[in-house]
Amino acid sequence: MPTVGVKRNLLFQALGKTFTDDEFQRLCFEFGLELDEVTTEKQMISKEQGEDSALLAGASEDVIYRIDIPANRYDLLCLEGITLGIRIFQEKIQPPQFKCIKPPPDQIQKMYVKPDTAKVRPHVVAAILRNLHFTQDSYNSFIDLQEKLHQNICRKRTLVSIGTHDLDTVEGPFYYDAKSPSDFKFVPLNQTKECDGNGVMELYSTHAQLKQYLPIIKDSPVYPLVLDSNGVILSLPPIINGDHSKITLKTKNVLIECTATDLTKARVVVDTIVCMFSQYCKEPFTAEAVEVVTADGDSIIYPDLAYRDEVISANTANAIIGIRESPESITKLLNKMCLKSELNAENIKVTIPPTRHDIIHPCDIYEDVAIAFGYNKIPRTLPKTNTIGEQQPVNKLSDLLRAPIAQAGFTEALTFSLCSRDDISTKLGLQSINEVPAVHISNPKTLEFQVCRTTLLPGILKTIAANKKMPLPLKIFEVSDVVIKDATAEVGARNERRICAVNCNKNAGFEVVHGLLDKIMMLLEVPWNPNKTPKGYYLQACEDPTYFPGRCATIICNGNDIGKIGVLHPNVLHKFELTNPCSSVEINIEPFV
Amino acid sequence: MDLKKKLFEEIKAVESLSTLSFAKSHSIPHQDVVGALKSLEMVADGFLKTEISQSHSLELTSFGCNLIDNGKSPEFALFKRVEGLQGGVHRKILQDEGLFESFNYAKMLGWVDMDQNQNVISKKEVEEDICLLTLQKLAIDPNLKPSSLILNILLRRKALKKITTKYFIVQKGPNFKFNLKEQVTELTEDMIKRGIWKDLSFKKYNFIGGAVSGGHLHPLLKVRAQYREKFLEMGFTEMPTNQFVESSFWNFDALFQPQKHPARDAHDTFFLADPAYCSKLPEDYMQRVKQTHESGGGTGSLGYRCKWSEEEARKNLLRTHTTAVTARMLKNAADMHPFRPVKYFSIDRVFRNETTDSTHLAEFHQVEGVIVDYNLSLGDLIGILHSFFLKLGIASLRFKPAYNPYTEPSMEIFSYHAGLKKWVEVGNSGMFRPEMLEPMGLPSDVRAIAWGLSLERPAMIMYGIDNIRDLVGHKVDLKFIRETPICSI
Repeated sequence: MPTVGVKRNLLFQALGKTFTDDEFQRLCFEFGLELDEVTTEKQMISKEQGEDSALLAGASEDVIYRIDIPANRYDLLCLEGITLGIRIFQEKIQPPQFKCIKPPPDQIQKMYVKPDTAKVRPHVVAAILRNLHFTQDSYNSFIDLQEKLHQNICRKRTLVSIGTHDLDTVEGPFYYDAKSPSDFKFVPLNQTKECDGNGVMELYSTHAQLKQYLPIIKDSPVYPLVLDSNGVILSLPPIINGDHSKITLKTKNVLIECTATDLTKARVVVDTIVCMFSQYCKEPFTAEAVEVVTADGDSIIYPDLAYRDEVISANTANAIIGIRESPESITKLLNKMCLKSELNAENIKVTIPPTRHDIIHPCDIYEDVAIAFGYNKIPRTLPKTNTIGEQQPVNKLSDLLRAPIAQAGFTEALTFSLCSRDDISTKLGLQSINEVPAVHISNPKTLEFQVCRTTLLPGILKTIAANKKMPLPLKIFEVSDVVIKDATAEVGARNERRICAVNCNKNAGFEVVHGLLDKIMMLLEVPWNPNKTPKGYYLQACEDPTYFPGRCATIICNGNDIGKIGVLHPNVLHKFELTNPCSSVEINIEPFV
Repeated sequence: MDLKKKLFEEIKAVESLSTLSFAKSHSIPHQDVVGALKSLEMVADGFLKTEISQSHSLELTSFGCNLIDNGKSPEFALFKRVEGLQGGVHRKILQDEGLFESFNYAKMLGWVDMDQNQNVISKKEVEEDICLLTLQKLAIDPNLKPSSLILNILLRRKALKKITTKYFIVQKGPNFKFNLKEQVTELTEDMIKRGIWKDLSFKKYNFIGGAVSGGHLHPLLKVRAQYREKFLEMGFTEMPTNQFVESSFWNFDALFQPQKHPARDAHDTFFLADPAYCSKLPEDYMQRVKQTHESGGGTGSLGYRCKWSEEEARKNLLRTHTTAVTARMLKNAADMHPFRPVKYFSIDRVFRNETTDSTHLAEFHQVEGVIVDYNLSLGDLIGILHSFFLKLGIASLRFKPAYNPYTEPSMEIFSYHAGLKKWVEVGNSGMFRPEMLEPMGLPSDVRAIAWGLSLERPAMIMYGIDNIRDLVGHKVDLKFIRETPICSI
């Protein structure tokens, strides 16, 4: 969930009212926002960089509200959007009407897309804000909004990246092209020296923010570029803009270009920037069109700023929410949410503005009715659904066995399903992980999350190792799932419910875990079968590197191998940093479900 | 005769007895006498009447003993050095000779003084070394009371130290008996068989319990048992969540979670290297999901208006929520004709590839409940949540609009925390989107309301734990498992 920091005095100024923190928190709550933190720039810097940061000296002590914004509400990612949304919600103002002004064909700015861009980043969308007046605060907000969009809908610039330029420093028509990294040169934003594509990669390879974006195009044979008619490079998306066309406080006319791998999202991003900042234009809430000519020669006019109608039924809205509002009242509620609505016989025609790209289905409109009505005013009812409850048999069996095992003197552990490769292989005396049918994780952040466990034993041994201060004997058990690779399963792996118990004492006490096995089998009504016929259970001596030679057996139950019992090998104990002998039993209980 | 008996005989004989003088007169360590007294007190309530008291005495330190051996106090030595010398001796010289350090004390005694030129001079005739004499007398009789000036000097010189001893004044109590029977500790089989218990006197109990042997269930699973019970009491059926490996299709796509959603980043989700892909997806259903993602597929939605990739959907992962299983169950419910309403729940592990800290682990337990029926409303969801949380002892709830890719409307659940004095988030809820339900083939007036929360968080609050690793995983203290109370929600 994105968090936006706004200065409290600017926010209250824009809302035309002063609130206490609690009052503002309540307002946010109703509207679906959350006042996450009340802080200052100074506090934020000292929290992030420490008390002795050099930046502290110049930091402001103005109170900042950090507000959590729902992940799909791109229109609330800046002060301008939040205040617009709240003021409409409070019925202080009507939603503005956004308009795209299309200059005559000979005056419209054009952006030509070259075919090579298809190899790296095929789409571009653009718009112009004319006669804009920036203040320091609105300028900062403009930059912050781009950063928030980059982090969220643009998915860290992979899907969309935004470039904004001082239109008066460049000359159309513009070109969106892609060139080999060594075939162009420009001065990147706030730099003094010219460099080519490779130079840019090197320049920013250690840059705290920008280095994360380099891999998006680094290995591409061509790098995308936005150029003007004189060959001036406006930007190298998604990395950096050129210094030449950078916007400043004095900029009056802003060219917005969004290059993208996802055209829909680029159109949403351009709409959002335009809607948020066109209020500062001489003619508020308007943007000037840019004609994008695709490589195929198609001509498209941006920004969309499209209004879309959706017809909903008041009855359905009432039924879904569980309220009984008149159609008139529902239209009023929708107007509070920026959705202009009017009655249309039995139905309601809802006009969805270009700020509300989150609305893709009538259910999104029903939600807005519910929010405007107030979630906490909806009458409580109980579903009439009459059903008989039932347990999952494997969970029921597990619980039926856990209690008697604890009664038998064993204490229950609850350990992780994920572990290192060594935990389930070499530490258990196996030669390599290849001997284990384990599920491997492709992107673990630490060694603890390399594989899913295939046995419960390592978790219990680690539990014992972490509890050496406890008096002996330690008798520990766990009833949980392991994960086994299995080509016959739909996803190629399956869970298996196991019981594992370990006795750790001054001597191994094989008879202790054997006694527990006998007890479990007695509870499951499986008879001891010394004759080794398919009925009942018995132990079949075996060799296994996890166990001490001659002190290990396979547990055969009704003819099937269900697990192992034995005295752990001293090498295994050593690898788990244990000094006392241990005996263990582990069985699969799924055959008994 | 043992000490206890000796002490008993003495108490019998005298009006009142001091343990300290008893110890001294019998040359027994005082602490042994106190031990015997405690044991006598246990004979019966009111057997003895004891009163605690303190005695102070003086004891020579090793430094004090050395002075006696030397036969001269440093003060007297200083005095002797300067006695009768006209103009005295300069402090520098005395410092070099190691005599000056006692100047202040000798001055307090009025033996010496210093002139303006820092010469130390003698003040009067001094016949005897009163410091030494006092120490010598104290060595013989520690109860001697020296003058406060001398005592003060000797204490500050650390030649003496004060000793405080706690002792008891013992008298016969109201239940004192002149005959002390032999006391036994335990009632034994032999005593019962022979009937001799009647003639024996039993030691009084101190009522301190011993440790119970036996095993213990894990605290988090005790909480899980209660949550399961609540759902079962409310008629919910448990879902088969014993499948940690899931395909992206069931974990995300079936829930109408876009393929480019940040949750599908490797930063947030554990993808699998092996087995990397699932083998099969239900073909017809997959096509409907694809169309719904791309263009709404007749559900009335715009869809995400970008290409949907089957390969992306086949990528295996460790499920990020149990809602993956819910999706499978809803699909099964949709495949049943006629459709029958269902109520499902589950409590099981889910996995997130997040950086772990004191409140976040890479795996945790998700609690989930879902109701699927004709014409369910948001009011029904609010009502069932109130009933559910009331069972968990939470009476006041508030709901905040929220965003969740697969529910609309979505509500975050807040409850008032009396300890923190604020509203805290306790769970998430919502109504599944039509784009999720319709491709499954559920009738269009069937709606699904669902909610979820973590199991660890309420358990941590319940047991007062700050660090989640103290609750789950191998680092948990077994003593904690042994000592946690029942979960009585």
